[in-house]
Amino acid sequence: MLEGIMIGLEAAFSVQNILMVVFGCLIGTFIGMLPGLGPMSIIAIMIPVAITLGDPAAALILLAGVYYGAIFGGSTSSILLNAPGVAGTVATSFDGYPMARKGQAGKALTIAAVSSFAGGTIGAILLMIFAPALSSVALLFHSAEYFALMVVGLSAIAAFAGTGQVGKALMMTLLGLILATVGEGALFSMPRFTMGMMDLQSGISFITLAMAMFALPEALFLVLNPARGASNAEGGSNKITNLRFSRAEGRAMMPVIGRQSIQGFFIGVLPGAGATIASFLGYAVERNLAKGEEQAEFGKGSIKGLAAPETANNAACTGSFVPLLTLGIPGSGTTAILLGALIALNVTPGPRLMTDTPEIFWAVIISMFIGNLVLLVLNLPLIPYIAKILSIPRNYLIPFILFFTLMGAYIGQNNATELLILVGFGVVATILRFADYPLAPLLIGFILGTMLEDNFARSMQLYQGLGFILERPMTLGLLVLAMVLVLLPSFRARRARKRAEGVADGD
Amino acid sequence: MALDRWIALIFVLFCCVYGYAAFFTMDQLLPPFMQRNPVWPSTFPKVLAVLGVIVGLVVLLGLEKTDDSAASPSATEINYRRLHEYKLGQALMLLALMVLYALMLRPAGFLISTTVFLTAGSAILGERKFHVMIPVAVFATGFVWYLVQEVLGIFLRPFPFFMGM
Repeated sequence: MLEGIMIGLEAAFSVQNILMVVFGCLIGTFIGMLPGLGPMSIIAIMIPVAITLGDPAAALILLAGVYYGAIFGGSTSSILLNAPGVAGTVATSFDGYPMARKGQAGKALTIAAVSSFAGGTIGAILLMIFAPALSSVALLFHSAEYFALMVVGLSAIAAFAGTGQVGKALMMTLLGLILATVGEGALFSMPRFTMGMMDLQSGISFITLAMAMFALPEALFLVLNPARGASNAEGGSNKITNLRFSRAEGRAMMPVIGRQSIQGFFIGVLPGAGATIASFLGYAVERNLAKGEEQAEFGKGSIKGLAAPETANNAACTGSFVPLLTLGIPGSGTTAILLGALIALNVTPGPRLMTDTPEIFWAVIISMFIGNLVLLVLNLPLIPYIAKILSIPRNYLIPFILFFTLMGAYIGQNNATELLILVGFGVVATILRFADYPLAPLLIGFILGTMLEDNFARSMQLYQGLGFILERPMTLGLLVLAMVLVLLPSFRARRARKRAEGVADGD
Repeated sequence: MALDRWIALIFVLFCCVYGYAAFFTMDQLLPPFMQRNPVWPSTFPKVLAVLGVIVGLVVLLGLEKTDDSAASPSATEINYRRLHEYKLGQALMLLALMVLYALMLRPAGFLISTTVFLTAGSAILGERKFHVMIPVAVFATGFVWYLVQEVLGIFLRPFPFFMGM
C-alpha cells in the first residue's frame, strides 16, 4: 500500500495533474452553483475535455475535481439562496439558509467548507483502506459473479429509489439496458435494433444520453418554471462578511463531523444510496442525537445541522468511488458517467485496475486529498467573488447552458445527427421527469448493459447454459440477494399495511 | 389515468415491439456456426423484453402501492399538472431553435450559427437589450471556438460552406 501511495503521490503531484485538480474544482464550484446544473450534467459537459486530454489519470483527476467542486458549489447556493443546485445539498439549506438570513452567511460557508473538507478527507482515508481490500476479494470473481454482482447493483439502485418508486426505477433500468443493446456490440459483430440507420450502427453515445437525461431537462425546467432556481428569499442576504467561527463552535462540530464522515462514507459505498440519502440521513441522525436546546436549534440555523449533511455528502461522494474503482460497477449516476469516461479512455475499472495501472488508481485517491484542500484553501476565500455568478440574468444563462449541452454531445462525436438524437432523448427525459421517473437508473443500466451482457454470455459459454447459476454458490447467493432487494420494499409495505388494517379492525 | 401510467403503457408496448424484433426477426439472420452457441445475439434482448413487460405491467396496474401521503409539491418543484402555468411556448421555441442549430451547424459554420443561437435563445426568453447580448454572444462564440479548435484540437468548421473551409 505504501508503495502505491508513493506512486500516487508522484503522479498526482505532477504540474499537469495539480492544475487539473485546481481547474476542475474551480469549474465545478462555478457551475455547481448555478441552479439546475447538478454534478452529473457538469461532468457530462466536461467529458469531451477530459477525453481529449488523453491521459486517463489526468482525466479522472479532472472529473473528480469537478465532482467535488460541484457539490461544494451546490452548498454555496443552498446557503446563500436556499436554491440547492444539487439534490445532495438540499439538507444543507435546512440550516445553512437560516444562518445566512441571520447575517452569518460567511460563517455558514466556512462551516460548510470545513465539514466538506473533513468529510472528504476522512472518506479518502477510508477509501485507501477499503478499496485495496475489496479489490483483492474481487480478483477471485469470475464472469458469472460479475454478472450476478451487476444484477445486485442494478437491483439495489432500484430498491433504494424510495416508496412506490421501485417499479419505476426498475423500468428505467430495463430501458437503459434495452438502449444499450442498440448497435453493433463487440460480442456478436452484427448490428442489432439499428432499424437500418447508419448513425445507430455504433450504438447510442453515452455522453449524448447523459446530456439528454440530466442537463437538458434541468435547463428546460428552468425555462418552464422561472420560480425554480430563483432566489426564494425576499432580499436574501448575499453579503458575505465574516468567515470565522468560534472555537466553542468548532468543538461542538467535531463529534458530528467524526460520526458523519464514517456514516456518510458507508452509505456512499452502497449502490444507489449516495450523497442525497447520506445527507438527509446524517441530518436526521444528528437531530435525534442532539439534546434539548440544541435540538430546537435544528432548522433555525444550527451549526450541527449544517455540519452534518455537509460532512455526510462529501464522505458519500468519496465512498461512491469504492465500487467504481474496485469492481468497475458504478453505484450512482455520477460514477456511472465517470465509468463511461474511463471506458472511452480505454481503461476498464475493476479489481485489476489497482495491479495493472496503479498510477491511475492511486493518483485518483491522492488527488482527492488535494481536491479537498483546494476547495478549502482556494475556493473558500474566492466564494464572495464566485457568488457573483448567481446574479447573471437567466436570459443570458439558459442559452449558454443549452449551448454547452449541445457542444458536449457534438465534440464527442463530430456528428450533427447526434444533436438531433440529443434533443429527442431530452424531450423524452423531460416527460419522464414530469411523471416522476428516476433517470439515474436509466443511465446506469445503459452503461452496465454491455458489460452485463458480456459477462452473461461468457458464463453461458463456459458452462454451456444456465448451469453457472447453480454451480457457483456465490453467483446464486448474489442473485438471491438481488431478488430480495427488489421484493423486500413491497413486502414490507404490504406488512405495514396489514398491520395498520389490523389496528383499525381492533378498534 | 395519470401520466406515469400512460408512460408505463407506452413502455409495455415498446417492450412488445422490441420483444417481437428479438424473438421473430433476429434469429433467421444468424449464421449456422453461431447457432450452436448457448448465447445468441437475441438471447439478452429476449430476457429484457420479458422482464420489461412484467415490470411495465406492475407499474401500469399500480400493483406497487405508492405513498399518497407525500406532501403536495412546492412551487419550485416541477409538476405536469401545472403545465399550463409554465412557459411552455418558450421551452418549445428553444427546442425548435436547438433542432435548427443542429441542422445549420455544418452548412452555416460554427461561428455564425452559434452567435445566432445564443442571441435568438435569449431573445426567446425575453431579452431585448441586443446591444449587450450580441457582443456577449460574439465574444463567447469566438472564445469557445478558440478553446475547442486550438486548445483541444478538435476541428470545428468556422465559416459557411461556400467559404471553402
